[in-house]
Amino acid sequence: MQNLWIIPALPFVGFLINGIFGRKFSKTLINLVAVLSVVLSFAFVLKVYATAGDLAANPVREHYFTWIQSGVFNVGWDFSVDKLTMIMLTIVTGIGSLIHIYSTSYMAHEEGYYRFFAYLNLFMFFMLTLVLAGNYLLLFVGWEGVGLCSYLLIGFYFVKHSATTAGNKAFIVNRIGDFGFSLAMFLIAITFGSLDFTKVMPYAAGKPTATLTTIALLLLVGACGKSAQFPLYVWLPDAMEGPTPVSALIHAATMVTAGVYMITRSAPIFMHAPAAMETVATIGLFTAVFAATIGLTQYDIKKVFAYSTVSQLGYMFLGVGVGAFSAGVWHLMTHAFFKALLFLGAGSVIHACHGEQDMRHMGGLKKYAPWTCLVLACASLAISGFPFTSGFFSKDAILGAAYAYAPWMYWVGVVTAGMTAFYVWRAFWMTFWGDYKGHGHPHESDWVMLAPLVVLAILSIVGGFVFNVPQILSGMFPIKEATDTGGPGETVLTAISVAFGLGGIGLSYVMYVLSPAIPGKITSALGGVYTLVYNKYFVDEVYDAVIVHPLVQGSESVLWKTADAGLIDGIVNGAGTQSQGIGSILRLLQSGNIRSYATWVLVGAVALIVAMGIGMGGMR
Amino acid sequence: MPPIPDGVPMSFYLGLSAILFVIGVAGFVFRRNIITVFMCIELMLNAVNLSFVTFANYHKQVSGHIFTFFVMVVAAAEAAVGLAIILTVFKNRTTLNIDEVDSLKN
Repeated sequence: MQNLWIIPALPFVGFLINGIFGRKFSKTLINLVAVLSVVLSFAFVLKVYATAGDLAANPVREHYFTWIQSGVFNVGWDFSVDKLTMIMLTIVTGIGSLIHIYSTSYMAHEEGYYRFFAYLNLFMFFMLTLVLAGNYLLLFVGWEGVGLCSYLLIGFYFVKHSATTAGNKAFIVNRIGDFGFSLAMFLIAITFGSLDFTKVMPYAAGKPTATLTTIALLLLVGACGKSAQFPLYVWLPDAMEGPTPVSALIHAATMVTAGVYMITRSAPIFMHAPAAMETVATIGLFTAVFAATIGLTQYDIKKVFAYSTVSQLGYMFLGVGVGAFSAGVWHLMTHAFFKALLFLGAGSVIHACHGEQDMRHMGGLKKYAPWTCLVLACASLAISGFPFTSGFFSKDAILGAAYAYAPWMYWVGVVTAGMTAFYVWRAFWMTFWGDYKGHGHPHESDWVMLAPLVVLAILSIVGGFVFNVPQILSGMFPIKEATDTGGPGETVLTAISVAFGLGGIGLSYVMYVLSPAIPGKITSALGGVYTLVYNKYFVDEVYDAVIVHPLVQGSESVLWKTADAGLIDGIVNGAGTQSQGIGSILRLLQSGNIRSYATWVLVGAVALIVAMGIGMGGMR
Repeated sequence: MPPIPDGVPMSFYLGLSAILFVIGVAGFVFRRNIITVFMCIELMLNAVNLSFVTFANYHKQVSGHIFTFFVMVVAAAEAAVGLAIILTVFKNRTTLNIDEVDSLKN
């Protein structure tokens, strides 16, 4: 017995303590509870890792109690740990700990300090439940829970209207995905008679392909919602309304990768549904390109990274879609390192510039915030796939597998990699090079914020070859090699993608450092195309016009004005009015005169006796 | 109809009971003084009691007697409560005219 329940229970206890008593606590005490609960959880994960033995051969499974029992259908509160879970646990608790530490400084001057940490701990609880779950339903509990925490934390500054609407948007868009996930679970329960991973995965091979494809596509709908893939990605850029540590933890490193994790977890189903796999890969690739182009034009530093997250999640989908599940998880891990770092670094930059998020009002920060500059350079190198940084390995693994699957996917992926390098470095140059164009005097962050950044920077650089995920997961998923199918060797493919990455970096240096006039010229030359991309392809506007507006209008005119105000209120008020009318006649009987009442009693009694007499007579 | 042992026919008792009851009803409906009305109620109860004992005697069954005792007990309790109500009404309104006690009208 490994007592796996302790892992999520620790943050939950932290949530309860801070949530209930936090208002009266000092900040030190809140910090202690919040950070300690997550760090202890991380330590416990390491302890499990050290003592569990060979997870590939015999995964840990623990059954705590039966949750739902209906005939032969049985859902238990089961936690299980295999190597995939172990990787996720380490990422979630490890990065979670770093971000908690960072937040103690970043959020120091915010209202609702205890509330923030209570939510953050609650998020950790649900996220750990999600990855520990031994069946789909328990996974769904975590899935919905992280969605709730995401909503709460996006709307953390709830006095800001834009924050609350962004929270609503995230919640509502995720409902669409969750609807798909629920349907998938129903279908799994019908097809397999169970939701347990151990009772579903080994039997996937024997089921009809059409059923498996339907299940896989429905799961994909769920994953698209949670992992912000086209067409459900729209909530993620808006989610940047939340505090920056939240963007780093929830909307970059952990929660949004839940979709990738879920698909990887369901790999046997997907592997027997080739059409669904192709859909996953196509959606991933399209999202990667689509979001990358938007990222090229944005000026809000967090928006750039948000679209970058969408794009990188697209990469992960491409990876799992072409069958390289372990490469997808690898990229999930490295992305967690460098994207968390990018966001936390952006938070440090925003702090330095007194809350400014527009990169046009930054610049020259290299002088004022050298450490932030250094760590962000590490993250930017990693995301660009600079040789031997973490992003290089994982991106290369995905692209190699994509080439083996379909060469055109590789080429699109490589171009996207070039764009990724370009927009990340564009942000870097605009922030740190040139002259400071903002207000006030920028300053470096304190060490509580910088220390996690440094740790993440080291992980971003070396995380790729220290944690070779495909090697770790080789027992679960075979390693895909591009050279398997002939064509250009792996070295050539790698060289090409690196060349594109370096080209992107170089181009951004030319355009934003050497001759800053070029971007303006290109912008005016492109004209309409630029406007289209700058406005995010007007996707929000299209959704608004096609879905939101008709829904709101329909609700207002049909549901509200007609059905509710007209029909339902009409019936209710009509019943009331009729009662009043009848009552106004009947009340005349109520004369208040006792003798008249007595007369009525007498009349009634006589009538009763007469009626009984007639009745009895009839019976005889 | 068989005679009751002491020679008085049962119809006499029932007739007396009916007459007393009708007097009670008439008094209840037509008199205005609350105390009179109250006494009329008692009269009706006793009329019913009389028919109870008559039938009990006729059928040689004890349940009629028992009912009579019940009615008497309830009537005693009712008299206590009723007189208390009448006293309170009089204290508050200085009238015993039943037609003037009609504030629950309409």
